[in-house]
Amino acid sequence: MKITSQENFWGGAMFIGFGALAIFIATDYPFGSASRMGPGYFPTWIGIALVLLGLAISATGFKDQGEGVGKFAWKPMVLLSIAFIFFGWAIDHVGFVAASFVMVILASLAGRDFRWKESIIVAIVLIIGCWALFIKGLELPFPLFWWR
Amino acid sequence: MDFEQLFSNLVLGFQTAVSLQNLLYCFIGVFVGTLVGVLPGIGPLAAIAMLLPATFNLPPVGALIMLAGIYYGTQYGGSTTAILVNLPGESASVVTCMDGHAMAKNGRAGPALAIAAVGSFFAGTVGTILIALFGPPLAEVALKFGAPEYFSLMSMGLIASAVLASGSMLKAIAMIFLGLLFGIVGTDVNSGMSRFTFGMSGLADGLSFVVVAMGLFGFGEILSNLEKGQDAAGRELLTKKIDHLYPTFNDLKVSMGPIMRGTAIGAFFGTLPGAGPTISAFSSYALEKKVAKHPEEFGKGAIQGVAGPESANNAAAQCAFIPTLTLGIPGSGTMALMLGALTIQGIAPGPQVMTQRPELFWGLIASMWIGNAMLVILNLPLIGLWVKLLRVPYRILFPAILTFMAIGVYSVNNLDLDIYMTVFFGLMGYVFVKLKCEPAPMILAFVLGPLMEENLRRALLISRGDPTVFFTRPISAVFLGLTILMLIIMILPAVRKKRELAYKE
Repeated sequence: MKITSQENFWGGAMFIGFGALAIFIATDYPFGSASRMGPGYFPTWIGIALVLLGLAISATGFKDQGEGVGKFAWKPMVLLSIAFIFFGWAIDHVGFVAASFVMVILASLAGRDFRWKESIIVAIVLIIGCWALFIKGLELPFPLFWWR
Repeated sequence: MDFEQLFSNLVLGFQTAVSLQNLLYCFIGVFVGTLVGVLPGIGPLAAIAMLLPATFNLPPVGALIMLAGIYYGTQYGGSTTAILVNLPGESASVVTCMDGHAMAKNGRAGPALAIAAVGSFFAGTVGTILIALFGPPLAEVALKFGAPEYFSLMSMGLIASAVLASGSMLKAIAMIFLGLLFGIVGTDVNSGMSRFTFGMSGLADGLSFVVVAMGLFGFGEILSNLEKGQDAAGRELLTKKIDHLYPTFNDLKVSMGPIMRGTAIGAFFGTLPGAGPTISAFSSYALEKKVAKHPEEFGKGAIQGVAGPESANNAAAQCAFIPTLTLGIPGSGTMALMLGALTIQGIAPGPQVMTQRPELFWGLIASMWIGNAMLVILNLPLIGLWVKLLRVPYRILFPAILTFMAIGVYSVNNLDLDIYMTVFFGLMGYVFVKLKCEPAPMILAFVLGPLMEENLRRALLISRGDPTVFFTRPISAVFLGLTILMLIIMILPAVRKKRELAYKE
C-alpha cells in the first residue's frame, strides 16, 4: 500500500485526531440519554462522526492521486506567530506603540526580501495611522506607553 | 400581499437609513470595504472579520448599515482585482477572472469594471425588492418552526455548503463537524458545565467568532501567500493604461440579457441556505456560454461572461440576507459573520426582529439599496486609485494587515488570550489549506454549533428520545428529504465528475 494522496491521508488523520480528542475529553461530561441529553452527548457523537469521516478520508489517500502536501513555510509560521503572540502580551505591559513596532519588524522578517529601513518606516507610518484611526478616532482604550 | 403596508415599511426604512449620520456610515463601509477587498489575498470573509470590530461602538442601526456597506464593498473589491490582475479575491470571482481579465488585457478594463458595477447594481436592486417582498411572509412561516424544523433546516444549510464547496465533499463534511465541535467550546447553557475550555477562564464564553474567522481567513491566508511568494507569482500587473471607462452602447445591449438571467439565477441560489454566490456565478457563466451567439468568444474577453456572473454573484449575496434575517440561519460564511455582528449588538436574529425592531429591519433593507447605489457612484471614478493600491508590494502590505488584525482581535474583549487563540486558528487555517480542506463550511458550522445542539436537545426532549420526530413532522421531513437528495445526487458518479470539471474550468 502506497500513499498516493498525502493531503487526503494526513487530512483524514487530522480529523481522526480531533475526533478522538473530543471523545476522550467528553467522557468527563455526563452523557445522559437521547431524551435528556447531558453535556457530553453532542460532543461525543460529533467526535464519533469525525473519527469515521477521518477514516474514510484517510482511506482515499491510498486511491486518489494528489498533488502532495509540499513543504511548510516554517519561517513565516514561526515568525508571524511570535510577532502576534508578542503583541498580545505586550500591549498591556509595554503599550501599543512598542508592541506594534516589534510586531511589524518581526513580521516583516518573514517576507522574502526584508529591508531594514523600509520596515522601520512602515512600522512608524502604521503606528501613527492606527493611533489616529483606532485610538483617537474609534476611542479604543489601548494604553500607548508603559507609563500610561 | 399588502402593498400599502410594504410601502409604509419602505418609507420607514428610508427614513431610518437616510440620516446624514447613517449615510456617512454607509459611505465609510462601502469605501473601506472596497479598499480592503481590493487588497490581494484578502477575501470578503477576512475583510469583514477585520473590519467588524470597528462597528462595535456604533449604535445598532448604524453598525448594521456600515456592515452591509462593507459587505458589498468587499464583494465588489474582489471583482476589481479579478478583472485587473487576474487574482480572484474569493471563489465567486474565479469566474469573473476568465473573461474580465481577458477584457482588461485587450485594453477594455474600463468597460469590464463598469459592466460589473452596473450588473451588480441591477442585481442588488432586484435583490432588495425580493427581500422586502418575501422577508415578512417567510418570517411568519418561520415563527411556526419548532426545534425539529430548525435542526433539519440547519442540517440542510450545512450539507448544502459542503456540497457546493470546492474540493472534496467528504472533507467539507468533516470540516462541518469540526466547526460544530469548536462551536460548543465554553459553558454549556443547560448544565453550566465548562466544556473543552482546558481550564482557561477566557474560554468560558466560548470561542469568539472574530478570533476563529481572523485566524482561519486572515492569518492563515497571509501564511499561504508568503509561502507562494505573492509578489513574484500570483500578481500579473496590468501595465496598460485604462483610458475609456464607459461601455459602448453595444456593450450594454449584449449585457442586458446576461444581467437579467444572472440576477434570476443568483436570487434563486442565494435564498437557499448554504448555497451562494459561487455556485450562482458558475451556473450563470455556463448558461451564458450556452445561449451566446458566439460561444467561442468566451474566455477571450466576452462581456457577457462578466455581466452574467457578476450579476448572479451579487444577487445571491443580496438574497443571502433572506434566510439570515428571517430565520436567523446564515447561508454562508460571510452571513455567519453578519449574524455574529447582530448578536454582539444585542439583537437575537430570527423572525421576531421584523416585528420587534421594524426600524432596524427596514432600515437595513433601505441601506442595502443605498449601499449598492453608492458602490456604483464611488467605484467608477475611483478605479484609478484601486489600481495604484494594487501596486503596493506584498512585503509592505502583510505587516499592515497583521497589525489591523491584531488591533481588531484585541479590541473585542481586550483579552490577550484572544490573540493567542488567533495564532492557533491561523496555523490551523494554513494546515487546512495545505491539506486541501476548505475552511468556509467550518465557520458556518462554528456559528450554528450551539444552535444545533440546543434544537436537537429540545426536539428529542419533546419526542422523549425518539429520533423519528424529524421525519414525522412534515416541514422537517421536507428539509431532511432535500438534504438526503442533495447528498445522493452528489454521490452519483456522473454528477461528481461534472462538479469536479466545473471547478477546474
